Amino acid sequence: MFRAKTFYLAQSAELPAAWVTLANRSGCRWANSCIPFIQKSFRTGPKCRERTAPSPCRDKIMGEKEPPGALVYDIGGAFGVPESHVEFLKKHFDLITMKEFHKNKEQLCEKIRSIFVFELRPVVDCELLESLPRLKVVGNSGVGVDHLDLKLISSYGVKITNTPHAVSDSTADIGMALMLASARRLVEGCCIATSPDTTHFAADWLGVEVTGATLGIIGMGSIGYKVAKRAKAFDMNILYHNRNRRKEEEEAIGAIYCKNMQDLLQQSDFVMLVVNLTPETHKLIGKRELELMKPTATLINISRGAVVDQDALAKALQKSVIRAAALDVTDPEPLPRRA
Amino acid sequence: MEEKELPYTLINVIGGPDGVYEDHTAYLEKHLKLITMNEFLKHKQVFSPKIQAVYVWYYKPVVNKELLQSLPNLKVVVNSGAGVDHLDLKLIFSFGVKVANTPFAVSSPTADLGIALMLASARNIVEGHRIAVSPDTKLFNAAWLGEEVTGATLGIIGMGTIGYKVAQRAKAFDMKILYHNRNRRNRVDEEAVGAVYCPKMEDLLRQSDFVMLVVNLTPQTCKLIGEKELGFMKPTATLINICRGQVIDQDALVKALQNGIIKAAALDVTYPEPLPRDHALLQLKNIIITPHIGSATAQARHLMMRNMLEAILAAINGLPVPNEVHA
Repeated sequence: MFRAKTFYLAQSAELPAAWVTLANRSGCRWANSCIPFIQKSFRTGPKCRERTAPSPCRDKIMGEKEPPGALVYDIGGAFGVPESHVEFLKKHFDLITMKEFHKNKEQLCEKIRSIFVFELRPVVDCELLESLPRLKVVGNSGVGVDHLDLKLISSYGVKITNTPHAVSDSTADIGMALMLASARRLVEGCCIATSPDTTHFAADWLGVEVTGATLGIIGMGSIGYKVAKRAKAFDMNILYHNRNRRKEEEEAIGAIYCKNMQDLLQQSDFVMLVVNLTPETHKLIGKRELELMKPTATLINISRGAVVDQDALAKALQKSVIRAAALDVTDPEPLPRRA
Repeated sequence: MEEKELPYTLINVIGGPDGVYEDHTAYLEKHLKLITMNEFLKHKQVFSPKIQAVYVWYYKPVVNKELLQSLPNLKVVVNSGAGVDHLDLKLIFSFGVKVANTPFAVSSPTADLGIALMLASARNIVEGHRIAVSPDTKLFNAAWLGEEVTGATLGIIGMGTIGYKVAQRAKAFDMKILYHNRNRRNRVDEEAVGAVYCPKMEDLLRQSDFVMLVVNLTPQTCKLIGEKELGFMKPTATLINICRGQVIDQDALVKALQNGIIKAAALDVTYPEPLPRDHALLQLKNIIITPHIGSATAQARHLMMRNMLEAILAAINGLPVPNEVHA
């Protein structure tokens, strides 16, 4: 997955950035006419890749031998760009770490044309934007951009890209993994099987059935749709709630659109959250929504922690308003170690 | 007219961790006269000639020669679950008694568990959960990665009812599916899940990222996966077992996991169950073990009970027995 993310980031960050700069600089009519074209295609990595400008023209205009500078938080370690990605990235960029940048700001600030945000780092704030006059693009790993101040970054004339397609399969897989693990009490089961105190396995220790159950997907974008496809193979009854109805996809997998989220919540055995985090989806699931859910239902969150009102969730689980929850995301991450 | 007596059926015990569930008992008692082993042993002479069925729930009661000899009018032994390796079929048939199991009731939840184990192992769900809740965790490490399931190759050894359901589910993850079976499945079945038949198990083992065992336990499948087979597998591969512990040579598995011959294993079944607490498998980091919960859902267990009841009533009334196990 990370390999794909890096590839798309490199593609999207490199070419359009180069084009916009050179067009402005050289006043090339052809390049200028490409700008609106490139701006439109700038949202996602793969789309940019498809609309690559012809290279001879580009080489002619560039005249630049040095690869553009890309600012990264670190290389290797717990929060840096993986070492295994560096070789690939270095073919296209001169990688500059935050440490190196802070040591030699004056020289390096002229080189840096892009920031490579990997796992939320580096933080792109006003101070950083001010110090990078030639910055053209912020490339973000993953699909969620809620941690980026999009308005602020755009105000500097800097573009932003993400990697929605690179993460969709693996995120859908985790959604399924969590639903199955929760339903069948896998983590607890593993503890029992390996506990030093276990002397025998009880016959009345049960989980809940996934096959044939009802899955309600809130947010039917790329990831949500992939979850639906997988769930269908388990003969699940699929309901979905989305900003827009997706008729074609509905027919393809037999999903039922719920205009009212309430209907979805009341009927689902499993509720999966697969929305973007926006002001509209912030605390989308709160006390009221949890009470609408079945007491036998499970809530699964693979989107963003802030989509759920965590205090309400804690209470709902304590009082068995719902059966269980499975969260790949929380707010913050990690959670503070005490309640 | 005198009301016909309900068929006398021997069970192990009612309630508790091993017994027939209380809510199942209520349902069964509308159709059967249940006699527990305790009651039977206390009043053998009264109950011996009356008992026509033995209801084996979670491997008990044990149907041995002594029991069979004491039940002269026994018609059928019904067993919860698909596996009958714990029953001495030859012995039971020699008394002219039929056997029935519940393969269909367990097939979906067992297939679900197979996929659950594959995903949990690949994506480090157990370890990840521990990290997320550990009192020592301060930050999440971005370099902590799992294995991709989408698009990977799954090799299914044993493509019966359960194996086929595993294939159906795996296909939705765009997995490439290889299978090895005593008999090749028909083309329509294969094409429906895009499964490729491997007449040689070795080929399946060499090419798979995930190997799932879904066979019956028979003398032929005992220790089917040993040192040689583990050696054929990729060092990046994961072995998943949802059938019977004895299908794997456990000592060979321990060595393979210790020496990185294969990457990981996920077992719902071991031999014995549970493993002795000092068993080497329990000391390994690259293993997930669950307490034989393939059919552990209320729905599945209820359906099992209904299937078993149907088989008893059919056998007693001289009708064809559903889910009959033949020699």
